[in-house]
Amino acid sequence: MKFDTPAGPNPSDRGRVLGQPRDRIDGPLKVSGRAPYAYEYHAEAPGAAYGWILGASIGKGRIARIDRRAAEAAPGVLLVLTHENAPEQGEDSDYAAPQLQGPEILHYGQAVALVVAESLEEARAAAALIDIAYDAAPGHYDLAEERDQAKLPESGQTPPRTDVGDFETGYARAPVTLDVTYTTPDQSQAMMEPHASMALWEGDTLTLFTSHQIMHWAQEGVAATLRMPQEKLRVVSRYVGGGFGSKLEVYADAVLSALAARLLGRPVKVALSRPLIFNHTTHRAATIQRLRIGTEQDGRIVAIAHESWSGDQESGGTAEEASSQTRLLYAGENRMTRNRLATLDLPFAGSMRAPGEAVGLLALECAMDELAEKLGMDPIELRVRNDVGYAPEEGPAKPFSSRKLVESLRVGAERFGWEKRTAPGLRREGRWRIGLGVAAAVRPNLAQPSQARLRLDGQGQLTVETQMTDIGTGSYTILAQVAAEMLGLPLEAVTVRLGDTDFPKASGSGGSWGANSSGAGVYAAAAELRGMIARKAGFNADDAVFEDGGIRAGNRRIALADIAGAEGLVAEAGIEFGDLSEKYAQASFGAHFCEVAVDADTAEIRIRRMLSVAAAGRVLNPKTARSQCLGGMTMGIGAALMEEAVVDRRHGLFINHDLAEYQVPVHADIPHMDVIFLQEEDDKSSPIKAKGIGELGICGVGAAVANAVYNATGVRLRDYPLTLDKLLREMPAAAA
Amino acid sequence: MRAFTYERAESPAAAAAAVARNPEARFIAGGTNLLDLMKLEIEAPRHLVDVNRLGLDRIEETPEGGLRIGALVRNTDLAADPRVRRDYAVLSRALVAGASGQLRNKATTAGNLLQRTRCPYFYDPAMPCNKRRPGSGCGAIGGFSRNLGILGTSEHCIATHPSDMAVAMRALDAVVETIDAEGAARRIPIADFHTLPGDTPEIETVLRHGEFITAVTLPPPAGGIHLYRKVRDRASYAFASVSVAAVVHPGQGASGGGIASARLAFGGVAHKPWRVAEAEDRLADGGDAEAAAEAVLRGARPTGQNAYKLPLLRRTLAGVLAQARQGRGEDR
Repeated sequence: MKFDTPAGPNPSDRGRVLGQPRDRIDGPLKVSGRAPYAYEYHAEAPGAAYGWILGASIGKGRIARIDRRAAEAAPGVLLVLTHENAPEQGEDSDYAAPQLQGPEILHYGQAVALVVAESLEEARAAAALIDIAYDAAPGHYDLAEERDQAKLPESGQTPPRTDVGDFETGYARAPVTLDVTYTTPDQSQAMMEPHASMALWEGDTLTLFTSHQIMHWAQEGVAATLRMPQEKLRVVSRYVGGGFGSKLEVYADAVLSALAARLLGRPVKVALSRPLIFNHTTHRAATIQRLRIGTEQDGRIVAIAHESWSGDQESGGTAEEASSQTRLLYAGENRMTRNRLATLDLPFAGSMRAPGEAVGLLALECAMDELAEKLGMDPIELRVRNDVGYAPEEGPAKPFSSRKLVESLRVGAERFGWEKRTAPGLRREGRWRIGLGVAAAVRPNLAQPSQARLRLDGQGQLTVETQMTDIGTGSYTILAQVAAEMLGLPLEAVTVRLGDTDFPKASGSGGSWGANSSGAGVYAAAAELRGMIARKAGFNADDAVFEDGGIRAGNRRIALADIAGAEGLVAEAGIEFGDLSEKYAQASFGAHFCEVAVDADTAEIRIRRMLSVAAAGRVLNPKTARSQCLGGMTMGIGAALMEEAVVDRRHGLFINHDLAEYQVPVHADIPHMDVIFLQEEDDKSSPIKAKGIGELGICGVGAAVANAVYNATGVRLRDYPLTLDKLLREMPAAAA
Repeated sequence: MRAFTYERAESPAAAAAAVARNPEARFIAGGTNLLDLMKLEIEAPRHLVDVNRLGLDRIEETPEGGLRIGALVRNTDLAADPRVRRDYAVLSRALVAGASGQLRNKATTAGNLLQRTRCPYFYDPAMPCNKRRPGSGCGAIGGFSRNLGILGTSEHCIATHPSDMAVAMRALDAVVETIDAEGAARRIPIADFHTLPGDTPEIETVLRHGEFITAVTLPPPAGGIHLYRKVRDRASYAFASVSVAAVVHPGQGASGGGIASARLAFGGVAHKPWRVAEAEDRLADGGDAEAAAEAVLRGARPTGQNAYKLPLLRRTLAGVLAQARQGRGEDR
């Protein structure tokens, strides 16, 4: 099904199942430990040996000598692989991830050995016996030092530069200007389930149970690395314990488990240890961001520039595109954005929840707060004044498909009690300074082609099969809801099977496109099946109503089970997206409100309450969507207040590489939170009229926190995370 | 993790003897710290002596009117004990400020005293650390030292002791009771129990190999306002940037400072709970929090990254004393 004209009324609009707050189908399996994660396919890959990966302990250089004999002689050891004996693999590329291919060390945590043993403990102990001598080379680990050497990358998710009008002139003439620089640190996705794989060879066919967000990317990457045809490789990720972008790539666990299993002739399982995850896998790169905004006295923006600097390995080339949202959010005729990239020898940069926007908004939305104060305006009014109905870089010819930013701000302000906000530093309760903050949220709506197969059996049971993944978001549930709605079935009559390359190719989970794209894929297959059913029953498909497990036209009704019969009915179809995204700017919008308390003595910052208002198209399931927002808000609080992968610039590693030292919010940090969804159906996004929400939830959250901290204390910090040591310096001691 | 043998001790003296005769043996109680360290081979004992079932899990009143806390009393049980909550509230508050509920259910009194630093360089076997591998250097000096020590540090080590419980016990003048392989008992004031790093940071207490902690005793209740203020980067499950255990008697004192007497111990700043008599004297003599903090911080040697702990300690102490002067034990 090609989606290239706005969706009209269709069966997914009925709202009987789709759009209802249904419990997660996979919830009972997960809370009772019966949902198998990548390391747990014991029944399908029995008798697996255990692999342990040793990471490089220098940041740059080469292995001068590596001696695996002691490890090979250790109890229980079956195999030790280093660059001296590892099988040759495919060339490194965007997909392929060859391991142990030479002595060169690009980054700390690069795999230098795999030990396979009968037990995890034996493998781990033997890995410690591998004797390695390195020739370390000096590396570049400091973004600030490399900033001046940064260049515009050749490509990216979005253009590295944009120019509209004449920024410099417009800024020079603006009566009110702001020129501020913000910095954000390296961050780790810190999902709960580590990267893990189990490899099972049957002849020349490999089944790889792994933890990946996009099945066909994993299949392409592993097949290219192992130089095998994709059709001989089955990849399975039925349940994924969080990804946040970290599981968009193939790492050593997948490649080395497959190589070792082939060499040993038995299944091998490998999980990355938590310390290795921090330095072996991708992270969100640190940024330096300069914002310049010029306005008229009334707050109308006449010039806006957002420049971002981040770093990556030379062969990585991934910039954190922190200026991207500035191209979409506010009006202004003179504009300039840059996403520059420096070369660093740290581990590879990659995606983390809302790459670009999550940290870009930390800067832009605080700059707007600063600007509002400079103008003597309410920060909400400043945003409203600069609202724009079209993509500001492209003009009125490209309107937004829907944009409820102002409504988000207005509804949120009323519900949150924004009018109680005082001037900075005035509100005090006991030893706490209290402040309120607001920020806008935006995240582009992306879409990917997605297919599905629907099978209706003689009992009226429907099975949905697609490569789509559920990374904790609720895909199982919402896809069942789409299928149930389309075919007039109760949710209980639908079984959803995901995360398997044996199923039709799907969008997978990334860029917040998963729910809308894969939901539209299921919609397309369901539309196909409806046609088959109607034809078989002799109905005119356009007149037929699917309800209560049957098909009805006028007084005539037949149960779907009877139509399917013993042999059943199978429909396979998919969605492809046409040029509506070129005709219309598409994004989800929202607003975040935050109240913080700051300890007047210690400068500890604690969140007191938070509200998000989101307009993200049709909400397919308010329960799972709300959970996405709560998770995003929690992660946004982490980004604002504590998350930082600290670089040791002498050794070139992220040194706080466990979950005790890399701090994310715990329950005690998260107080009362509310989420409001605005009614919206976006007929230009897909037939099911939904948009992305998983990343919108984090976009702008941290800025709302930072703005609340400013309101509480009168101290503006521009270096994230806003830890107490930074705040303490600027905040006078409380009167005794 | 290296392979190890295991036995369950039958008595405290037998436990002490079992460890004493094997230089590579360790006691295991809750295991909340030791097992993590064994997985990383930071600790690599060849033999474990399980001391969990020796009947040392009771809290008893002493003839002097204090409490004798068995070495194996779990942190959760100690924090919840009504006598502790009534008479030694600073200890209850310190305990519940530490770790998580799950860890406190498992962690023991003696084990808490013996837990090892959370310095990130100690925890990464690829990094230099004089505590983990004597003579290899200190990775933290010149590295990521934001949460490390400012007092009593040496050029070899700037690690901190991570315990909250021990800080409260230091303010309460607790005594650690031990037994050795010959059955000889020893009473070690907590002030003397932990050592400074000096040039032997691998040594953290005055215990000899095989010497076994049987109990910690608390002197009779001192009364006063009991406060434990732990400053940290998140609201729970984080080690202290600075913590203050305070037992304060408000009053006019010698010269009208609002405090008759105070006992103050500090966590998150040194290789042991930090207590300075002069600081307490200054308060009793009418000095203010700033004067007391100056005495506490005398000789401090912060790094660039953790210099914030000096103003933080001053301000935290001021806040705690202000609260105590108002006669409020409850935190708000």
